[in-house]
Amino acid sequence: MSAAAFIEQAAQALTAGILVGCVYGLLCVGLAFIFGIMRVINFAQGDFMMVGMYLAFFLTTNVLGTTLLGDATPFVAAALTIPVLFVLGGALHRLVIARTTGLRAVGLSAEGHQAQLILTLGIALVLQNGALILLGTSPHTVLTPLSSSAWEVPLLYDDFSAVFVNQARAIAALLSVVVAFALFRLVSSTRLGKSLRAAADNPEAATYMGIDVDRAHRIAFAIGTAVAGLAGGLIVAYYPVQPFVGVDFIIIMYAGVVLGGMGSISGAFWGGIVIGLVQQLSTLVMPLQLQNAAIFAAFVLILLFRPQGLFGRNVERA
Amino acid sequence: MARLLPPLTLLLIAAFCLAWLALGWVVPNRYYQLLLTLVPIWAVLGVSWNLFSGYSGLVSFGHAAFFGLGAYTVTLLLVRFGLTPWFGIPVAAVLGAVAGLAIGAPTFRLRGIYFALAMLAYPLVLTYLFDWMGLQEVSIPLQREHAAWFMQFQDPRAYLAIALGLLAVSLAISSAVENSRFGLSLLAIKQNELAAEAAGVDTRAWKLRAIALSGTIAAAAGGLYAMVLLVVTPASVFGLVVSAEAVILPMFGGAGTLWGPVIGAAILVPLAETLRAEFGTFLPGIHGVLYGLAIILVILLAPEGLYWKIRDLRAPRQARAETTPAQAPRPDPAPRPPIGDGTLLEVRGLGRNFGGVAAVQNVSFRVPPGEILGIIGPNGAGKTTLFNMLNGIVAPSAGDLRFEGRSLVGLRPNAICRLGIGRTFQVVRAFARMTILENVLVGAFVAHATDAEARQAARRALAQVGLEDKAQAIAGDLTTRELRLMELARALASGPRLLLLDEPLAGLGAAETEELIAVVRRLPAAGVTIVIIEHTMHAMVGLVDRFVVLDQGRLLAEGPPAQVTRQPEVIEAYLGRKWALAHAAG
Repeated sequence: MSAAAFIEQAAQALTAGILVGCVYGLLCVGLAFIFGIMRVINFAQGDFMMVGMYLAFFLTTNVLGTTLLGDATPFVAAALTIPVLFVLGGALHRLVIARTTGLRAVGLSAEGHQAQLILTLGIALVLQNGALILLGTSPHTVLTPLSSSAWEVPLLYDDFSAVFVNQARAIAALLSVVVAFALFRLVSSTRLGKSLRAAADNPEAATYMGIDVDRAHRIAFAIGTAVAGLAGGLIVAYYPVQPFVGVDFIIIMYAGVVLGGMGSISGAFWGGIVIGLVQQLSTLVMPLQLQNAAIFAAFVLILLFRPQGLFGRNVERA
Repeated sequence: MARLLPPLTLLLIAAFCLAWLALGWVVPNRYYQLLLTLVPIWAVLGVSWNLFSGYSGLVSFGHAAFFGLGAYTVTLLLVRFGLTPWFGIPVAAVLGAVAGLAIGAPTFRLRGIYFALAMLAYPLVLTYLFDWMGLQEVSIPLQREHAAWFMQFQDPRAYLAIALGLLAVSLAISSAVENSRFGLSLLAIKQNELAAEAAGVDTRAWKLRAIALSGTIAAAAGGLYAMVLLVVTPASVFGLVVSAEAVILPMFGGAGTLWGPVIGAAILVPLAETLRAEFGTFLPGIHGVLYGLAIILVILLAPEGLYWKIRDLRAPRQARAETTPAQAPRPDPAPRPPIGDGTLLEVRGLGRNFGGVAAVQNVSFRVPPGEILGIIGPNGAGKTTLFNMLNGIVAPSAGDLRFEGRSLVGLRPNAICRLGIGRTFQVVRAFARMTILENVLVGAFVAHATDAEARQAARRALAQVGLEDKAQAIAGDLTTRELRLMELARALASGPRLLLLDEPLAGLGAAETEELIAVVRRLPAAGVTIVIIEHTMHAMVGLVDRFVVLDQGRLLAEGPPAQVTRQPEVIEAYLGRKWALAHAAG
């Protein structure tokens, strides 16, 4: 391979890494609300994403139609998943998750983590297999004109090298950045955000400060779920959905959150971008099948050497 | 070995396996016989998970790594080299132990959820790796000649018998672990790792042993699984479902109990398979939904598993009946020996910074053998940091620590405990779900080679603090006074020559304080030197031989109580400058 061709390939991988990384970043931000802030291990997060993907798919193909909204249809559909998933997340929290988190976890063995784990595994099984019953195994993608069109950005060192930027991915990435930033502002500078952080930091003390800890946890869980749904709605424009698609993404999410430092919303977003870059750039030097193995290897290495995350401060205490 | 295994447990294991085997002749056809075989195989995986995670509390989501390695080892040895599984399964078991050590050694740096998440990644990496190596689907060819030599049988009941044999062995191992210092050390780690370290438990070594043993059993289960199914794919042996099964079965049945994984497997495996068989053809996935719902329900109704729920329903938890043999009357306290001339503990120029804060700076003092030394100072004076350096929880930034002439710098807490330094904590760190005797036993293991000797030492230590009649009470049910005494006994059971007591009087009433002080006062006669931290001075004046006063990390004063309490700088540190001036004037 000539140097020029390699540079072109590298530039292409870099572009793809940043584009998928932004959406991964949004996924990680969603999980950061549940795992990073509330310290709830949620194994169903990938499956919430799967539900969002299916919802967006059906809204686009069966309800909205493509004529009225034109190219914006899939993105409107993705936005419409937010309220549905928000309600789903809130309800699941009230009925199931709340039994093992927050104040009720004080005194449970291992702070209720083992119970949460099994519970969310149960939810994941129900969602995956429920989707299998209702929708079958065949994969679906939202195919719009945008999915197959790309902007061509010429590389300036010669006349023929260029990087292709898929339009569906680019718009999904842009929307992800906007939403992630809005959520960051929500947590860092609103009253709601402060009560979320307080409830997460020390549930007991927060209660004495007049914060409804259960409600704060429920809101955080619902936001996390809704964000997963939205990200799913964006991803389905270029990644096919099938009932077990969540498993492909669950490690990506946890890796991103840990990478960015637990409890940090902005860190989780950057973590997602790093994961996207690792995934895409690894294809330059490794076989394609090992793309995800590269992510997991990076994940374990980061856990071992910087468990506080690449961007976090060291806040672990003995 | 026989001593470790209660005969009743062995009998129960044998009875269960034989009864299950008998079922193989009751059920109508091959399908059900296969189903019966899958139960013990998954139960073995559950036992293996439970042996590590159930007892030590470190949740592993990655047991599929061991299971899958075992399955592929047996399959590839047979397919590529024609080696029989009778040889392959033991090889797989050895590889499982190696994999356990290889995974455990780096991953034990992590704690809690981080550990759980890292474990999740290992089998997934292996999935992609085996895919990439072109091992997407490896079938085991049918052997017509010497079928039994290649572990291939016409009658599925042969597999059932082998699987039950494996289950019996792994249950026996699990029971032996549970009833030895191995199991008790793991339980101690689960309930309070720092206290376990300080009580002399080499937490890292026990965790490594546990994960190696667990990997061995899981790999053997995987190897047998491959022989029963005759085809191996990365998803079927490394998949998330396998790891989930390893966690769910014991959790459902009752984690940290011998029979938990078996109960879980005996209920959930047939349930899932039957649902799959009954509804799978026209409603694919219905079994997954019902399985998921069953798990959710059990966790909501019995978050600690069926085993505990049934026990609680049958007999509400009560303090276990006391069956201690009558104790000899406590001997009169021996006269206190004089304080020695030498130096037991020497602290020289010790300092520790946290970020920019100097918690302790340039502190030096000596402790002669037989002394009771009080370290006092207002809150934030650096007392606990000093203790944390003395027993290895925190490394000093400067200076040296010598115990009997040996430097302690760089040693881990359990090693320091082994040298003869015991410690109690400001907030009592009990192993809450263990009995008092078990709590103390953990401390006693350090100094005693056999479990029987340790048990005796634990009883002696309980007698020393006057808790012998509470030996079987659960630590979680104790009062503050009893907890303090229990922690003291746990430290004493390790046979320390120096005992560090961190605010042992906190939270005690006047009468209780008197009692504890009386216990501490008797200790030098038993050859124990005491260093005790308190921030209230009055209770200590009658107890200690000498005070070391710390203020803002520095050594402020040192000397006998009568002298130290009159020093103006000490009064100032405690009561403020104004008070000191006023009284100096008045």
